[in-house]
Amino acid sequence: MDSNTIIGLTIAIGGIAPAIAIGLIGSKAVEAIGRNPEAASKIQSNLILGFAFAEAIAIYALVVALILKFV
Amino acid sequence: MALNISISAEPVARLFGLTITNSLLTGWIVTAILAVSVYLFSKQIKTKGAPSRLQSAIEFIIETLYGVVESIAGSVKAKRFFPMVGTLFIFILFSNWSGLIPGLAAIGLREELQGVSVLIPFWRAPTADINTTLALGLITMIMVQVYGYQYLGFKYFKKFFDFSNPINFFVGILELVSDFSKIISFTFRLFGNIIAGEILLLVMGLIVPILGPTPFIALEIFVGFIQALVFMMLASVFINMATLGHGDEHHE
Repeated sequence: MDSNTIIGLTIAIGGIAPAIAIGLIGSKAVEAIGRNPEAASKIQSNLILGFAFAEAIAIYALVVALILKFV
Repeated sequence: MALNISISAEPVARLFGLTITNSLLTGWIVTAILAVSVYLFSKQIKTKGAPSRLQSAIEFIIETLYGVVESIAGSVKAKRFFPMVGTLFIFILFSNWSGLIPGLAAIGLREELQGVSVLIPFWRAPTADINTTLALGLITMIMVQVYGYQYLGFKYFKKFFDFSNPINFFVGILELVSDFSKIISFTFRLFGNIIAGEILLLVMGLIVPILGPTPFIALEIFVGFIQALVFMMLASVFINMATLGHGDEHHE
């Protein structure tokens, strides 16, 4: 494999788990808001926090890929 | 096609032996603009009578932000944390957005770099430099320790160094590691998001030069806002967790 393939695979594989995680968080949050619309603002702040933690994993993979590509 | 992408900030000048990078320069400009506008605004605040339209708008923004922090920390603690986390939010927001101003990245000096002539711009979003985000993460985590000490006294550090039994000792080591990993997490989350946005805009501008990057600039305005919000919310969550004693955690 040449280096560009490896860089592509780094972010592609690194993006799988966060994508599933963000999907799960989003679906559960929408479900919760549907069940209890009054709690929407509380759910939303927890939703954004959950997104941030899940997304951080993808960002790590992205930073590794960027470092491999440009440094 | 030559795409000039630099992960690190480029030096543009030297001042008394201190290298000034373009992100540092932009950071100073953003800080100066914010400071001057706060000074000018603070002179025309009215506490009596009807507030001006500008004051109403700014009060609305600050109250919304305060509501977010209040929902995390509660009204008593939010009053103490808000000046710090709110300032972080405003600085990060304008730093993120400063990198999106079209045209400014084209102003710079041409320099020979490894035999290739590249443009070194004077303008670069401060948060697109890992040094800025590392500094912000360090400030936040140090303030977490300070607030924890203020609320709990020396009992706070017992969280890290607990010799009462082997399990607590090991948990203390885990707490220590988790606090250091929070610095890394803060650093890379903000830096990665912003630099990815800049590279996305560059690549889109290369593929579709006319009107191509426009929707992505809108996306980046949104991402810049969300990242600033996430930074503020995480900072207030960590500060709030540090101020809760070991015993209080179970009551919530």
